[in-house]
Amino acid sequence: MSKLPDKYGHFGLYGGRYVAETLMPALLELEEVYSQCRRDSTFKRELRALQREYIGRPTPLTFAARLTERLGGAKVYLKREDLCHTGAHKINNTIGQALLAKRMGKERLIAETGAGQHGVATATVAALLGFSCEVFMGREDTVRQAPNVFRMRLLGATLREVVSGSQTLKDAMNEALRDWITHVAHTFYVIGTVAGPHPYPMLVRDFQSVIGRETKKQIVQYEGRLPDYLIACVGGGSNAMGLFAPFLPETAVHMVAVEAGGLGAGRNAASMANGYAGVLHGSKTYVLQDETGQISATHSLAPGLDYPGVGPELSYWNDQQRIRCVTVQDAQAVEGMRLLAETEGIIPALESAHAVAHAATLVPQLPATAIVVINVSGRGDKDLQSVANFLGENAL
Amino acid sequence: MTRIADTFTQLQARGEVGLIPFITAGDPDLETTFALVHEMARQGADIIELGVPFSDPMADGPTLQRAAERALQHGTSLSHVFELVRRLRQSLPIPILLFGYYNPIWRYGGERFAADARQAGVDGVLCVDLPPEEAEELKRETDRHDLDMIFLLAPTSSLDRAQKVLARARGFIYYVAVTGVTGVRAALPADLSAMVRRIRAISPVPVGVGFGISSAEHAVQVAGVADAAIVGSAISQVIEQSLGRPDLVPRVGALIAELKTALRSVATPHDTGTTIVSLRS
Repeated sequence: MSKLPDKYGHFGLYGGRYVAETLMPALLELEEVYSQCRRDSTFKRELRALQREYIGRPTPLTFAARLTERLGGAKVYLKREDLCHTGAHKINNTIGQALLAKRMGKERLIAETGAGQHGVATATVAALLGFSCEVFMGREDTVRQAPNVFRMRLLGATLREVVSGSQTLKDAMNEALRDWITHVAHTFYVIGTVAGPHPYPMLVRDFQSVIGRETKKQIVQYEGRLPDYLIACVGGGSNAMGLFAPFLPETAVHMVAVEAGGLGAGRNAASMANGYAGVLHGSKTYVLQDETGQISATHSLAPGLDYPGVGPELSYWNDQQRIRCVTVQDAQAVEGMRLLAETEGIIPALESAHAVAHAATLVPQLPATAIVVINVSGRGDKDLQSVANFLGENAL
Repeated sequence: MTRIADTFTQLQARGEVGLIPFITAGDPDLETTFALVHEMARQGADIIELGVPFSDPMADGPTLQRAAERALQHGTSLSHVFELVRRLRQSLPIPILLFGYYNPIWRYGGERFAADARQAGVDGVLCVDLPPEEAEELKRETDRHDLDMIFLLAPTSSLDRAQKVLARARGFIYYVAVTGVTGVRAALPADLSAMVRRIRAISPVPVGVGFGISSAEHAVQVAGVADAAIVGSAISQVIEQSLGRPDLVPRVGALIAELKTALRSVATPHDTGTTIVSLRS
């Protein structure tokens, strides 16, 4: 597993570094600094201390007794990334990248955000470690994730509303890359997912792998064995890669990546299910695009999944059939949110609700002896308004 | 010798600095692009850089983003661009360079792209997001069809990096004048001339300078040290301001004439003959 990517950042056909020459030196430098840090005991100690004392790790692996009973099949466990400080797994990565930025002597962090969770997590570590911070967010997302906009501002970050293109995550990433090209000397770009040019897909995976490492230890403690299924939602894919990576060598463990089916054909964000190999935001990967290579507009009720690409490593494992990719539509995701809320008293983020919704169809088909782990990658407070709008006033 | 190399040889013989204007194909429509290319050639353009529009141009500022959006509104694709070049080639003698992002080319297929580009009469291709490390696959095809693949160097490039890029250079090297995206700027960086001079001293091919060259003064500044000045956003701005006006084409022509006149007033740079140990002073 650690053999990937190769020295050019390739995961088989995918990955690489498709960027303007201006950024190449910065990427090469980041790769160098990261390869030093991952072997440096001071860096690792600092990271572990922040994971424990600040993020609140390890997060629990919760046995979902009532959900298990309701679904009537396999035993269901929940990996509780919603209990991380700031309410999602995103901070696992931003802490790591901010420590790298500190090593490199950068003064300013920039980030793109869709759901706002990565923006909040970046603004948070900027406050914690003393960086200035600017977050790029599509205008459409600033409306549907208004609570996170307030949080970022409260944390002292500057919000840069992006009005180009579809005004969502993809356009926020374009703008962040443009800013980085312009201010590369003193700015560190904190990419929020396992996408972008090498070394980002690798280092974000590594920082998020704490999810899978903990899960492995916890499930063996509870059950004395590894799980049969891991389920995680995939936009760019950071929570999925974080959970999956430590299990990749365990061939008996099935891994399911749940993509956003949105409103169905032509209006979704399921890059692996409906896309073609292409180049977007610095790496080669599955991309939703038309026959002339223009990137498609996407749709998902979950802003964190509303993205036309996916991490290159996921594309690779999908081709290898090591992971299986499925889609869940908006309405099913909202049902998933409701199911977890009613049975377990946990309101998941709309993104994570996609994973819950898939579990609701998979689990009843499995024997009672099987074990399923769902990654609850974030909490749903940010989504209450958009879910209320989606359901209409009489729905609850 | 390719048409691009040939053009630089002639420029050097005449003691002239080249002018390379950039416009986005299909902005605001392909007929206008056809007329604009001819007009720019008539007013002194030495090489035409034709932008292939892309939905997510991450190295472009707002002006060229809008130009691409206008072109994509009516679906300008690579096939349309080849068709346009084929028509232009019937009477246009100067080189045409395609400038764009990799995904449309990748989707079209590298081999098919190179063959069709050559057949249409394209002379070179520049992919902003295809650094040498990722370019080998496409370069094999462009080399096979005798197209020049143009690489970029930037203010952030080290000497080491520059040597690596220059080793693969064909046609000319495109030096990015500013640390940033394309767009009109009030001033160019103070150390631009020094950087270009050093790169030119170690480059086996001519050096063109682009990104931020917004006026005749800028062009003159660049002309003292480079082999060509590349102007993009300033032209797109004139196009944008002239949308729907009958004099759109002559207005662009007037800008090209002004730039060319300014460039002709400057003597071509001479080789310095010094040993370069670093790109920065």
